[in-house]
Amino acid sequence: QEAAKYEKKVLVLDFVIPTPLGNSWGLGGTCVNVGCIPKKLMHQAALLGQALQDSRKFGWEFTEEVKHNWMTMTEAVQNYISSLNWGYRVALRDKKVTYENAYGEFIGPHTIKTTNKRGVENIYTAQRFLIATGERPRYLGIPGDKEYCISSDDLFSLPYCPGKTLVVGASYVALECAGFLAGLGLHVTVMVRSILLRGFDQDIANKIGEYMEEHGVTFIREFVPIEVKQVAEGSPGILKVVAKSTKEDTIIEGEYNTVLLAIGRDACTRRIGLDKVGVKINEKTGKIPVNDQEQTNVPYIYAVGDILQDKLELTPVAIQAGRLLVQRLYGGATRKCDYVNVPTTVFTPLEYGACGYPEETAMEKFGEENIEVYHSHFWPLEWTVPSRDNNKCYAKIICNIPDNERVIGFHVLGPNAGEITQGFAAAMKCGVTKEQLDSTIGIHPVCAE
Amino acid sequence: GTNEYDLLVVGGGSGGLACAKEAAQFGKKVAVLDYVEPSPQGTKWGLGGTCVNVGCIPKKLMHQAALLGSALKDAQHYGWNITQPVNHTWSVMAQAVQNYVKSLNWGHRVQLQDKKVKYFNMKGSFSDTHTIRGLTKAGKETVVTAENIVIATGGRPKYPEHIAGALEYGITSDDLFWLKESPGKTYDKIKNDVSLECAGFLTGIGLDTTVMMRSIPLRGFDQQMASLVTEHMESYGTKFLKRCSPTKVEKLENNRLQVTWKNTDLGTEETDSFDTVMWAVGRAPDTETLNLKAVGVKTNSETGKIIVDASEATSIPHIYAVGDITEGRPELTPTAIAAGKLLARRLFGQSSELMDYENVPTTVFTPLEYGCVGLSEEAAVQCYGSDNIEVYHAYYKPLEFTVAERDATQCYIKMVCLREGEQRVLGLHFIGPNAGEVIQGFALGIKCGATYPQLMKTIGIHPTCAEEVTKLHITKRSGLDATVTGC
Repeated sequence: QEAAKYEKKVLVLDFVIPTPLGNSWGLGGTCVNVGCIPKKLMHQAALLGQALQDSRKFGWEFTEEVKHNWMTMTEAVQNYISSLNWGYRVALRDKKVTYENAYGEFIGPHTIKTTNKRGVENIYTAQRFLIATGERPRYLGIPGDKEYCISSDDLFSLPYCPGKTLVVGASYVALECAGFLAGLGLHVTVMVRSILLRGFDQDIANKIGEYMEEHGVTFIREFVPIEVKQVAEGSPGILKVVAKSTKEDTIIEGEYNTVLLAIGRDACTRRIGLDKVGVKINEKTGKIPVNDQEQTNVPYIYAVGDILQDKLELTPVAIQAGRLLVQRLYGGATRKCDYVNVPTTVFTPLEYGACGYPEETAMEKFGEENIEVYHSHFWPLEWTVPSRDNNKCYAKIICNIPDNERVIGFHVLGPNAGEITQGFAAAMKCGVTKEQLDSTIGIHPVCAE
Repeated sequence: GTNEYDLLVVGGGSGGLACAKEAAQFGKKVAVLDYVEPSPQGTKWGLGGTCVNVGCIPKKLMHQAALLGSALKDAQHYGWNITQPVNHTWSVMAQAVQNYVKSLNWGHRVQLQDKKVKYFNMKGSFSDTHTIRGLTKAGKETVVTAENIVIATGGRPKYPEHIAGALEYGITSDDLFWLKESPGKTYDKIKNDVSLECAGFLTGIGLDTTVMMRSIPLRGFDQQMASLVTEHMESYGTKFLKRCSPTKVEKLENNRLQVTWKNTDLGTEETDSFDTVMWAVGRAPDTETLNLKAVGVKTNSETGKIIVDASEATSIPHIYAVGDITEGRPELTPTAIAAGKLLARRLFGQSSELMDYENVPTTVFTPLEYGCVGLSEEAAVQCYGSDNIEVYHAYYKPLEFTVAERDATQCYIKMVCLREGEQRVLGLHFIGPNAGEVIQGFALGIKCGATYPQLMKTIGIHPTCAEEVTKLHITKRSGLDATVTGC
């Protein structure tokens, strides 16, 4: 869309290879269809379940038993997503960007072959290319995984309630999904190989896990599934999962209606003909290394988004990188994407917003004696009347003592963590120090203060 | 000297308690006097001041009750099966809120005890510059002397006493939060944000609420934002009688209240009956009973507030003032607390740090919340000239509103920057859910001198409302459509 502003002739190829269970979706990518958007809406549905309970303490009266209808929610979510798919198609058309719903593969220098759903092929040439094919969920590689398990690619449009669910994985995808499924009243178990939220502050990751356990999620730690069998067909059916301990020889079995795999994502770079044009990828991860201008080793081929090596897998980063790239290519701009202090939020039942260094990373990089960690538990005012979760919410900032006690890490665990974190991320971009933080007056009564 | 205490604080509210507790940390002998004169309707409360008892805390909790009412409606769109009708019972909410407030009163008493601060539940007045005369409810007198005295007695709601029946039949925010029974159909005569907030939550819990305004809402706030706030309230169900002034309140046979008012636009006189009439026409300090004249502490002749300098000192040595009672200061809990703490540190902790009242963020907790920090657009124009400022703005839709099919017409963000040079941010205004949570971090950024480019360099968190601040790029000057589209 940005390139079209410079009156460049632009073609967008987008194609969704159906999931092993046959699921597909429209234009917009992961975020819109099977990521951020449906995730946050279902998280909101779960939060509203909690709000219903709270509301009784605030004087609202309604029937004791309140049940959740999966289909009502999913239909509403899918309708909204469809409107976004449509919106993108209209926007591309309005901006005179050509859109083809076809699978693209390089076949030679500056040349790409496209294949649509019906197998019809086309060939296009372009002066420049941008690869932004993102990733897809990884499977375990065990018997029954592709036949019987679902992934986040399937969950948000599942045409039946998943029922008793086993979530395999400890990524934010796993925990967010497990979190909202439990919030909707489903029986949820999470099977974790080792630690929760690898790469995130571990102290906070553990608090997130604890909170989920206290709110009805069962965790099976240090086990991995080795086989998934179907016990009964149905929507949902019944699946038997056999799992092995990572420490000893113990084998356990469990029955679930649904098994959701959330063990990681793999870059879609291996079958798009990159070898034909000489674009180097990391053979192990499939990710594409780029320079600080998002350029691959082939000068006329660029890449943005989840497929980049050593970059964050986040929608706003991808958007920013993509826009700035185009402004540099066609607008004479020089500004590069700033990957430092990119804030993020994990939308688990107890939300976690973060910007900058996790505590352990800060200690490692700067040395324990140079780090000061200020922290506090807090109780959101809105949770007092319903007498809920006193002393679970938590905030900490990590400061670099020799550098004027500059804030290098911000972590908040509590409601509306994303809304809170955004402004602090802006402050960190301005180089905020502890002293400046102390001299800022709080807004009362809110959690952020 | 022979003064009993190092520090005597008159007024146990946000500012007073913060000052007292901080001074105690330095090992000083500190005492606090706190007394609540019952409202005309007879309402009174415990230790903690306005914020805890009849301000921020109960207000936010009742606002939350109203928000939860909306949440119940949203929940159905998200698949939760709630059978209609859904009712709200005032007494359940009020009791829960009142119980929580009482726990805070208790908490404050325990804290004072732990920090060895002496607490007197007495009404204080000056005898001389180092002496306070304290009077209990029963009339028992105690004389307390101190080296330093801090006045932090805050303010109380004003009554429009020139309106017949206003005092006998009307209530104020002092009474609203302690009502045992529902206020029913409520008439709200307002001047400021307190009342819009009250009108907002009363509407939200299902009460028929009317707001009467003589002129503009939220005076002192950015007026474009104020309009959006009241526009939303109107679509939310609050009735507004604009450019009207009440002339009298009478009690009817069925115990309802009849309000008569003049419509200044039409030049007509109109009436309607209500269960409750609430005045929110401003707050005034209770300096009469302090006997400030006896010691010569200067007050502003118009407002009655105590005049202080940058170090919170009054016109009399060793007598200071913090909080709502001070002239020209924001009437906010966090500024009172900060000012109180810094004052204690300067008096006893060898600090010289003065309170910085610039760029204090605040939030109005109306049904659609409004958070802001820095200059309003009109103040920026006045200060710098419209050619020298750039206003970036956007109308956005919170993701959560989509499935809930909620109207986001008034969800709006505006950032006022200097146009030249590094484009420093002068003011940020946000209307939407969780406005306070959104604004707080940006207030920190503004304290650091944030510029427009720095905010644009900040990557957004997706999907949130706050991220829209980092994506602002349409200027008012361009005249382009400022509606956010797409992901």
